[in-house]
Amino acid sequence: MAYNLKQVMNKPDRLTGGHRMCAGCGAPVTVRTVLRALKPEDHAVCCSATGCLEVSTFLYPYTAWKDSFIHTAFECAGATMSGVEAAYTALRRKGRMDESYKFVAFGGDGGTYDIGLQSLSGAMERGHDMVYVCYDNEAYMNTGIQRSSGTPRYADTTTSPKGTEMPGKMQYKKDLTGVMAAHRIPYVAQTTLTSNFKDLYEKAEKAIYTKGPAFMNVLSPCPRGWRYNTPDLMEICKLAVDTCIWPLYEVEDGKWKLNYKPKKKLPVTEYLEPQGRFKHLFTDENKNLINNIQEDIDRKWLELLKKCGEDN
Amino acid sequence: MSIRERLSGNEAIAVAMRQINPDVVAAFPITPSTEIPQYFSQFVANGQVQTEFVAVESEHSAMSACIGAQAAGARTMTATSANGLALMWEMLYIASAMKLPITLSCVNRALSGPLNIHNDHGDSMGARDSGWIQLYSETNQEAYDNLLQAIRIAEHKDVQLPVMVCQDGFITSHAVENIELLEDDKVKGFVGEYKPEHYLLNHKEPIAVGPLDLPVHCFEHKREQAQSIINSKKVILEVAKEFEKLTGRKYEYFEKYNLDDAEIAIVIINSSAGTAKTVVDKLRDNNIKAGLLKIRMFRPFPADEIAEALKNVKALAVMDKAESYSAVGGPVGAEVKSALYGKADGIKVLNYIYGLGGRDVRTDDIEEVYNSLMDTVKTDKIGETYRYVGVRG
Repeated sequence: MAYNLKQVMNKPDRLTGGHRMCAGCGAPVTVRTVLRALKPEDHAVCCSATGCLEVSTFLYPYTAWKDSFIHTAFECAGATMSGVEAAYTALRRKGRMDESYKFVAFGGDGGTYDIGLQSLSGAMERGHDMVYVCYDNEAYMNTGIQRSSGTPRYADTTTSPKGTEMPGKMQYKKDLTGVMAAHRIPYVAQTTLTSNFKDLYEKAEKAIYTKGPAFMNVLSPCPRGWRYNTPDLMEICKLAVDTCIWPLYEVEDGKWKLNYKPKKKLPVTEYLEPQGRFKHLFTDENKNLINNIQEDIDRKWLELLKKCGEDN
Repeated sequence: MSIRERLSGNEAIAVAMRQINPDVVAAFPITPSTEIPQYFSQFVANGQVQTEFVAVESEHSAMSACIGAQAAGARTMTATSANGLALMWEMLYIASAMKLPITLSCVNRALSGPLNIHNDHGDSMGARDSGWIQLYSETNQEAYDNLLQAIRIAEHKDVQLPVMVCQDGFITSHAVENIELLEDDKVKGFVGEYKPEHYLLNHKEPIAVGPLDLPVHCFEHKREQAQSIINSKKVILEVAKEFEKLTGRKYEYFEKYNLDDAEIAIVIINSSAGTAKTVVDKLRDNNIKAGLLKIRMFRPFPADEIAEALKNVKALAVMDKAESYSAVGGPVGAEVKSALYGKADGIKVLNYIYGLGGRDVRTDDIEEVYNSLMDTVKTDKIGETYRYVGVRG
């Protein structure tokens, strides 16, 4: 069935309003859209690594999660969900339950790219029938905007601050989507919040209803850490895609597919300029740094086009 | 009729697990507990159990997966040693705070550093305040019996806490001894089915577990958790009584060996108790009133009962197969001295550190301890109470 935003939005929300995430934060939009891709008749267990999402949606005695939900610690959403899924498999095998359940784990970039990477890798390698969604906001936002391996080069964070000797984070962003694709799991996708949520919704649906492990990397901007104008969430996401900083693609059974090719590839400055974390780059002396970013993005974009067979 | 067998401690645990047929086992290899998941995965491969075996990529993930599985409504078990237990540390506390009746077989091994695969109690003693019930086992038989009882204790409605069953690495885990096993159906009947009240996979009642718990509620939750372990004391004895009816084997908080009329005694845990009993027998042959108290239940700690059992002793040595680097003694020493205070005052108490990193504990070492106790009684002088035995230099 063709994607219809109105119909999708009419599906019941599985993450209720009233949680305490910031206005203009991408994470709850990501979560709600992913969970809308569940068939209403399917039950789910959700899980979150420690982070903004967890502490803002499940403060005792309130929960925003309509489905069963578990949080254990920062680095082990993958392993925790492995256990839940293993329990489901065992209980069904033993004839103690017959309802259909889906398993969706969420983690920020800190809990996924960094401290939770081993746990995620293990869960994916073992082949649990679950989806892991990284809401990538490119730093440890819950503890106050510290750099992670998901933070892009030259971003100003509280542990990679811009200074007289260093212009923010000195390292490039880790290619986690590529790392997960190298696990050769059935489904890997990279996406973000685009105007009608079609890309995110359809990838979530595919991830949830593909048997076996699936991983989604969803760029989910953070207004506090990125310092953009709060209402501009969707615009920031669009610029990430149109500058090819965050291309939309998926890897299904090892086959790479580009989901969107901008008609006009925008210069990276369009994406960097509205964000306070890159403000220090817009001086005459730092112009070369922007060139570095542009060159890096161009090179990676070409590599992706090749992988997706779009380089002709 | 029970089944007579010859098994190592690890085999005994694996057999118990096969008979329990848990829903989920998540484990990672580490010497000397590796054989447990190894034997168990063979049971899975042969279809002798219907368990989902999760061969995780670390012990941290083992405990995380156990938490996920048990919270989901599955009876879940694991096994580990030393550094593996240490890597689980963070999750041990989360498992107990979530009130999840997971059972863990801890095959005691020295905790690094330095790296050492042999037996002492540094691993489980370090985890003594993690909110887990801890049962210790002298023999393969006790390890087997304790694990069967652990399921019932953990899942009891007044407890709902994880239980760690400890035995000595290599000494018990790898040495083959005679053992009496229960028939499979008797084990099945004894442990019963796991029926949690609230669990993730109950579609009629979705639940959320593991919240952010702020000061307005967190203190009450900690207090409730403390109540659960207080409650477990009664349950541990009830389960032991039921187990005794089934097997004829009696379990209490601790075992008293020639203790009632003893003037000198030692307190000891796990396999070295066997060595020490031989020494007690020899001393008794020489009309020396020596006794022994072997702790089975270290968490909760049976302080009042231990004070009562030791009140007539003149001199006591508490044996610690773990350091606590407090510069005054080991963890068992601290607990026992604290138990005696105000209830059995006047006893001269020595605290010995012994057998660290797998140093062999011989009857000579234990005799040396009893000789010191005799000297203490004779001279009425105690000297330094924080001592080592069996160490060079």
